[in-house]
Formats: sequence, C-alpha cells, structure tokens
Amino acid sequence: MPIISISDLSKTYASGFSALKGVNLAIERGEIFALLGPNGAGKSTLINIVCGIVTPSTGTVTVDGHDIARDYRAARRSIGLVPQELTTDAFETVWNTVSFSRGLFGMKPDPAHIERVLKALSLWDKRTNRLMTLSGGMKRRVLIAKALSHQPRVLFLDEPTAGVDVELRQDMWRLVRDLRDEGVTVILTTHYIEEAEEMADRIGVIRGGQIILVEEKAALMHQLGRKRLILQLQTPLDAVPDSLAHFGLALTGEGRELVYTYDTKAERTGITGLLTALSEAEIRFSDLRTEQSSLEDIFVGLVRGEAA
Amino acid sequence: MGGMNWPAVLAIYRFEMSRFWRTAGQSILAPVISTTLYFVVFGAAIGSRVTAVDGVPYGLFIVPGLIMLSLLTQSIANASFGIYFPRFAGTIYEILSAPISPVEVVLGYVGAAASKSILIGLIILATASLFVPLRIDHPFWMIGFLLLTATTFSLFGFVIGLWADGFEKLQLVPLLVVTPLTFLGGSFYSVSMLPPFWHAVSLANPVVYLISGFRWAFFGNADVSIAVSLAMTGLFLVICLGLVTYIFRTGYRLKS
Repeated sequence: MPIISISDLSKTYASGFSALKGVNLAIERGEIFALLGPNGAGKSTLINIVCGIVTPSTGTVTVDGHDIARDYRAARRSIGLVPQELTTDAFETVWNTVSFSRGLFGMKPDPAHIERVLKALSLWDKRTNRLMTLSGGMKRRVLIAKALSHQPRVLFLDEPTAGVDVELRQDMWRLVRDLRDEGVTVILTTHYIEEAEEMADRIGVIRGGQIILVEEKAALMHQLGRKRLILQLQTPLDAVPDSLAHFGLALTGEGRELVYTYDTKAERTGITGLLTALSEAEIRFSDLRTEQSSLEDIFVGLVRGEAA
Repeated sequence: MGGMNWPAVLAIYRFEMSRFWRTAGQSILAPVISTTLYFVVFGAAIGSRVTAVDGVPYGLFIVPGLIMLSLLTQSIANASFGIYFPRFAGTIYEILSAPISPVEVVLGYVGAAASKSILIGLIILATASLFVPLRIDHPFWMIGFLLLTATTFSLFGFVIGLWADGFEKLQLVPLLVVTPLTFLGGSFYSVSMLPPFWHAVSLANPVVYLISGFRWAFFGNADVSIAVSLAMTGLFLVICLGLVTYIFRTGYRLKS
C-alpha cells in the first residue's frame, strides 16, 4: 500500500484560480519523490492540502491509511513539513521552538531526540540563540529541525534549496538520504532539475495543476543517456539498405541524413560496427555530429506541453 | 479520534506565557503605573472631594472598575495579538498542519491570554491595597467574575485577532468600542447616579453588567442585580464561543 494516496484532488481558490485539476498520485513507502514543476504549477497547493493547511475542493488523500479529513490527527501526526517561506518566531530560542513543535504534534518531551536532530543539522551550538540572530541558512535548518522534532514517517520539503548555500545543500542531501535509510518517505518540490536528479528515486512533473508524468528517475536518466549520431550523406538515399537494418537507423532530411540512436551508458555503443558496415555498403558521408537530449530538454518540452 | 492532544495545548500555552515573561518588565510595570496614576488622579485629587458612593469611600469604590478596565483591555490585547501575530508572520502554518482540534487551539491561546490578564488583575488589586484598605465581601464571587470576564474577553480578542487583516484593525475595536464602553460602563461612577435617561442608555452597555457584578463581589451592593450580571456575562461568553466555532467551521481567515 502506498504511504500517500491522492485521488481526484482538485482545488479552486476563492479567487476562481484553479490550482489543481484532478490530481492522482501514489507515493511509495520509503522513497524520495521529487515533484518538479515551474512556479505556479500547483506544487505548494498539493503539499499544503496533504498537510492540512489548504482545504481541497474535491478528492481524497490518505496518509498511511488515514484520511486527512476524517482522521486528521493520525494523518498529520505522521507528517513533517518544511515550508517554503522562512517563517520563524523571532524571539524564541532554537531549542524552545523545536521543542514547541514536538509538543504541538502531541509528543511527550524527548530532549535526547531534540539533541540528535539539532546535532544532525549543525544547530547544537546555536540552541540557546534567538531565531532572529540566525542567518537565513540557519533558519532553514531550524525549520527542518522543527519538522523532524516529532519523528515523522513522511517529510515534505517545499523548495528546500531555494536561496541556500552549497554547504547547507549538501548537508540537506545527506540528511535526506539518512532519513530514507531510516525508512522515512521524503517528498520534495523543486524547480531545479539537478536537485531532482541528485536526490530522487522517482520524479513527478506537474504543470498547470496536473501531473503530466511520473517516472522512475533511472528511466528518465535512461532517456537522458541517449544520444543521436547524425551522418550527413554525400548522395541521398531512398531507403536504408537491408544490410544496415539491424542498426535501427532513421532516414531524414530528404534522404540526406542517417540518424543512429545509441545509449552512451551501454557497454558497446555500436558506432564502430555502424561505420564499418557503412563503408562496406559504400555509403559515404561528408560530415557527422552527435546530439544529446538532456533532462532539461525533456522537462522543458513537457511543461510547454510538447512531446519530449 | 483518540483523546485530547494535551501536549499541544500545553505547548501553545507555554509559548504564549513565555512571551509574557519575556516582557515581564512591561507586562507588570505598565498596569502598576497606570493604576497608580488613576489613584493619584481619581483617588487622591478628585476622590477627596467626592462623597462616599453607597457608603463606600470613592478611592475604594473605583478599585473594581479599575481592575475590570485592565482585565478587558488586556484580555483583548493579549488574545488578539497572540493569534494575529502567527498569521501575520506566517508561523500559523505549523498550527494548521499539527494534529490539533480547534478546541485545543482555543484552549491554548485563550487560556494563556486569560491567565495573563488575571495575573495583571491581581497585580492591580495588590497595587490598590497600597492606597486604600481593601474590602472584599464575596472573595469567591470576585475570583469567579475575574475568571469569567477574562475568559469571555480573551475569546472576544481571539475573534478580533482572527478577523483583523492588519495591525490597525487589531487596535480598532479595543480603541473605538471597548475603551469607551468601559469608561461609560461605570468604572468610575455608579450608573444609578446618572439621570434616568442616561441610566436607561447605560443599561444597553454590556460592560455595565460586568462592572456591577464585580463591584457587588467587593462591596455587596450593585447597580443591577447579581443574577442579571451573571446572566449577561454568561451570554457574552456564549456569543463569543459561537463566533469562534463558526470561524473554525468555515476556516475563515485561517484556511483557503
């Protein structure tokens, strides 16, 4: 059973803006799922509905089998949320604000756990500091500590690396991986592809309030790993000769270009074989070039509504 | 559903109280100073020329009204700020996403606001005792009215804090409605001293019933009967509870 099941989820705000249009999504237990999409695509609305901050117009969500409306206590208890905005209580100390969060989620005080969390986020030395004395990066760490204070089973990170320095980004990735190893499911939203690429097990792409693609990262990377070799022919061909059929070549540009698609990560790309076969078939070419489709291309194509 | 989330109520309560203690200097000093000023002006300067009201020396007579005045303004100020500020700063996300019921949220915020204003009420009482020999005929009723009023007006403040969409609005109701009603509600005089017409008008002022009841707990006499005072205070409590329930049921200004 997925840890989060979202079915037919829609949200139209009072302004009439339709932020989500019939979203269906299942998040598997223990995975890192990246929700990728441009600004205004509905990423935050989706997260905020699951976390109880926004009321959905239609549809249902269950977290660990608990309906977020009927059984909101159990559903929310298993969720930790790191919001996009840096919102902290200026006058509180780091220790107090993290302990406050734990209490809010109905947990008995556990100083040992809070200590572990603060140390993991390099906040231990700052525990008696007031939040207003902290830098932006440190505040981000505090928000993560708050979200982890009640030992959630699911962690939502809404745009976790927006305006974050390299060091914190790396710390954050280490932490996310550690959490996954402990069995915590992590869902992050981002509009940076590298982030999804670096972290996620699966990637979902959202555009205009609709999920337009959910794919294993490996499968997406496979597409990414494909390259095309384009051969400019001296004499145009009417058809690909039978002797070259097994290369899966495509003939384009009115018969002036032969296109060979290959996997850069494969053990043999087959290029040498192709070139030998070509010279045997006495097909001469004047030029050659290679092209690679990046995840960026795939993504840009998707969000523009074209086929990648 | 499981039981109540008491750790959450306690967390909110503690958080709100820590704000009070952090600014303990202002929180305690301000009411002490203003009470002293009232005593200097009304008690000594004017009071010495005013005859006893219903057999109670004027300086002593104003004690219940002074406490009520602070209780009302402090309850509203504390509760409205307590819930408005997280909305303003954005930290409300945590309250909304936590496994807490509206009842628990109200208990935490309103409980803390009421506690603070009761503390201030008691500080004023202690300050007053330095100026006049206190007399409290019905101490239990006195505490009862203190609790009831603090709770009711903290709820009212909570509603204002949810309704306000700017700091100006947060000040608007206390400034334009509550302070005038309190001053005209017999804090410094007995409404029965007024001419019949203004006396009748005053009876439309809800604060009259609070002050009258509270004064009865001190001196055993009142402008209106104690039963009416209790019933009216209870009625405000019910109205405020109804408003808060409505707000949470509709998600008004908290959730979209």
